[in-house]
Amino acid sequence: MTGVARLSAALWRRAWLRAALTLSPPLAWFLVIYLASLVVMLVTAFWTVNPFTNNLQHQLSLTNFAALFDAPIPAIIARTVLIAALVTITDAVIALPFAYFMARVATPRVRNALFVAVLLPLWASYLARVYAWIVILTQDGTLDWTTQHLGLGSPNIAYTNLAMGIVFCYIWLPFMILPIYGAFERIPDSYFEASADLGARNPRTLRSVVLPLVLPGVVAGSIFTFSLTLGDFITPLLIGSGSGTNLIGNVIYDNIGLANNLPFAAALAVVPIVIMIFYLLGARALGAFEAM
Amino acid sequence: MRYKTFSRKKGQRAAMMVALALPLVIAGWVGGAAASPGATAKSTSSAITPPTQNMAPQKSIGKGEGQLNLIAWEGYAQPEWVKPFENQTGCTVNVKYAGTSSEMVSLMANGGGGQYDLVSASGDADLRLIYGGDVKPVNIKLIPSWSQLRPFLQSPDFNTINGVHYGVSLQFGPNDLLYSTKVFPKAPTSWSVIYSKKYSGKITIPNNPIQIADAALYLSVHEPSLGIKDPYELTEPQFTAAVNLLKAERPLIKDYWSLASAEISLFANGEVVVGAAWPYQTGQLKAEGAKVGDTIPSEGATGWADSWLLATKAPHPNCAYKWMSYITTPQVQAEQAVSYGETPDNSLACPLMNKLQKGSCDSLHANEPDAYFKTIKFWKTPLAQCDNGKNDCVPFQQWQTAWTQITG
Amino acid sequence: MEGRWTRVVLVLWVLGVLLFLFVPIATIVIFAFDRSNVQSWPIRDFTTHWFTVAWDDPAVRSALWLSLKAGVAATVLALALGSAAAFGVHRFRFFGREAVSLFLVLPIALPGIITGLALRSFFTFGGINLSIVTIIIGHTTFCIVVIYNNVIARLRRTSGSLGEASMDLGAHGLQTFRYVTLPTLATALVSGALLAFALSFDEVIVTTFTAGAQTTLPIWIFGAIRLGQQLPEVNVVVTAVLVLTLIPVALATKLTGGGGVTRSTVRS
Repeated sequence: MTGVARLSAALWRRAWLRAALTLSPPLAWFLVIYLASLVVMLVTAFWTVNPFTNNLQHQLSLTNFAALFDAPIPAIIARTVLIAALVTITDAVIALPFAYFMARVATPRVRNALFVAVLLPLWASYLARVYAWIVILTQDGTLDWTTQHLGLGSPNIAYTNLAMGIVFCYIWLPFMILPIYGAFERIPDSYFEASADLGARNPRTLRSVVLPLVLPGVVAGSIFTFSLTLGDFITPLLIGSGSGTNLIGNVIYDNIGLANNLPFAAALAVVPIVIMIFYLLGARALGAFEAM
Repeated sequence: MRYKTFSRKKGQRAAMMVALALPLVIAGWVGGAAASPGATAKSTSSAITPPTQNMAPQKSIGKGEGQLNLIAWEGYAQPEWVKPFENQTGCTVNVKYAGTSSEMVSLMANGGGGQYDLVSASGDADLRLIYGGDVKPVNIKLIPSWSQLRPFLQSPDFNTINGVHYGVSLQFGPNDLLYSTKVFPKAPTSWSVIYSKKYSGKITIPNNPIQIADAALYLSVHEPSLGIKDPYELTEPQFTAAVNLLKAERPLIKDYWSLASAEISLFANGEVVVGAAWPYQTGQLKAEGAKVGDTIPSEGATGWADSWLLATKAPHPNCAYKWMSYITTPQVQAEQAVSYGETPDNSLACPLMNKLQKGSCDSLHANEPDAYFKTIKFWKTPLAQCDNGKNDCVPFQQWQTAWTQITG
Repeated sequence: MEGRWTRVVLVLWVLGVLLFLFVPIATIVIFAFDRSNVQSWPIRDFTTHWFTVAWDDPAVRSALWLSLKAGVAATVLALALGSAAAFGVHRFRFFGREAVSLFLVLPIALPGIITGLALRSFFTFGGINLSIVTIIIGHTTFCIVVIYNNVIARLRRTSGSLGEASMDLGAHGLQTFRYVTLPTLATALVSGALLAFALSFDEVIVTTFTAGAQTTLPIWIFGAIRLGQQLPEVNVVVTAVLVLTLIPVALATKLTGGGGVTRSTVRS
């Protein structure tokens, strides 16, 4: 036996060694770099900053967590979660028929073209796309110009929560379409035939057979739309009005740097972390992890 | 593949426990490092003395190290003047652009982290950097053009503490009033226009907590009973009054602009007719033919003055000194002023500016006497320590919290 | 299967979504030809001047080059680590197996600002200088899960008996991997790598926290948008990137058969 063959045989017999070799690099990466840095950041949430010396004081205290209840932080958290939820639902509604068409109605050529069409916007810079929306939504922008020509007046909706919602829906849409498409793709044709054989008409099939099977894909997509909205600070910066449009991401961002309030920023960061961990546990229970 | 379950279950479990405990151990080590001498040295007895005050600056400029790492505002390191510098000195310039004073402070943590040499910080960040020990004293004698700087900018209180310079002043500009000439045929004479219901929904101001100082400046004239002398050193009652003024203003604001280009967009599209801005926006708008003008109203204005500060752990100090000497010369000052739209600190730059762009010296007020600028209250970091020796002024952390409450 | 009206409605819906997806893209491309620096509708003056500006701009070239380098490095690392993790989780039972998939998805499930902040604090306290290495570390961390998901989805759908048959025929582990396992994974790896590269190429939030004096393309774009002096140049650069990536993306899609990861080996 050659050296490689000998090594391979030895590894075959020692499963634990193979496991260790395959798993330790990624796990080491994660434990050492990612989780450790999260823990460091979270520990900072229990510290405070001395207003005179501006140094971190390493005594444990819950002041920052108490400050999370001071207005307008609860309103900001509620606003962020609400917008994230609305964006998720809207994107799911938009994506479902689109993905259904891609998976079941389109010919392979059309399917490929649609796939490219969905992926391509991801290559146009996120920042440039958000900025383009300002041009579209602003007063006398493209939208106003179109509605004026149609005799529908001037919506002029830039710099509002609605504008932020539209932009979020737009930017995250590909991340919702892809997993849902995958879920549709995985439903064998025979299921549809069987359902028809059992006497169900199309709406019933959709409701009772297709939707439950597609749900993991929807939940998988929602992980992206929800979490990306929870932490985004650039879209509110560009298209929000700064007044009543602050999201969790903005407040975190504002408190590092000059304000030098890293502990408060870390405490506020705990909110999306906790929300997402619960969301992920629920998503896993619904089978979304297999659908991502 | 058949699943292989492990016979050494207990050993495995122990290994996993260790693996999961690893992040906590590392976090402890890292957290401990954070509490290391470097950090605690800053919390020495008096917060009034900058920690690096006694670091002796170098006596001469040695040979260039071949590289220079800058943290700068967008537009502060254009090829127009960077290329000649690189050719002259052999120092290749790498720039990290920052969009806010906040970012600059963040990047300069730990004395620049041994990565950055200079930062073009505005006054609101300077004191944070100086008292945080992130910048160190500079030998002004090594910068020949320093004597050509306007006297009030040679040793200003935002970059010179106790007679020790931490950098060299660069350029400055006012936070002036930008208005649409269609709505205001004559320039407004008071800041009251941005607090006026008459223009509700058509006003814009910067999305920056330092705006509280602008409100305080307004109140120092319109409500003298508050006794506001320095808009950056506010006692609690003065601070609350300024915050209340801004809270009352909030329904009138169309957008709190975070980017200069955003404000330009707002005016260009007719979304707003009046607002607080920098001369930069006026210049850009006028260049596109927009009908706008800018002015400093009777109450005066706040302003920003930028300095190049030297990082405590600057890896290329010689190149840094070469840059500071270069950037303060009249020609380069003129180039930067015209390119960005700000006022040069070097008093000899005016004629050179007009050569680059006719009338720029006038429009950027580069030929005004020093007295003109007395009405400008330049940004400085609000600290708990007031100039009068007391410690009851409101520190910037609270300004940020209040700003979040104002904007909601 | 679907009725005629359903088909019509679906086609209209798809067209509507495509319109939604591409109107901003069209806006970006059109405004690349705008002479004016202030982007407002309608455009008064058209010019190709900004294309020359972008072509000559050294900052754009170095930013583009840096983004490519970081993207390739992060994708390669993610391929190695993500596949390793997928193999490990798929083939072995061990304590904490369920938790692994949860951990791996965290970098992409937690908001970017948190990942960025955490990594930055870690690097600062650990005395690690920010550089292209830290950028790559940041990008790899969230790219791993993309590869992991694709590979493990494919592994779950491949029959285990193929590998065993290969070994019965006398191939050792490495040969089996090379001639049997890898080909079945190929399309999953390609589509995963494509998505991972796209994520890394356009990433700005985590990168601003992990980059030192380096400027990737998104950071350059952010700066240009902040400065507002060369806005059409940004549009030119984005248009160029779109045009350049159209071919590889179309090719990769064709090769992997429209989302190779999701295609079952047997569509019954």
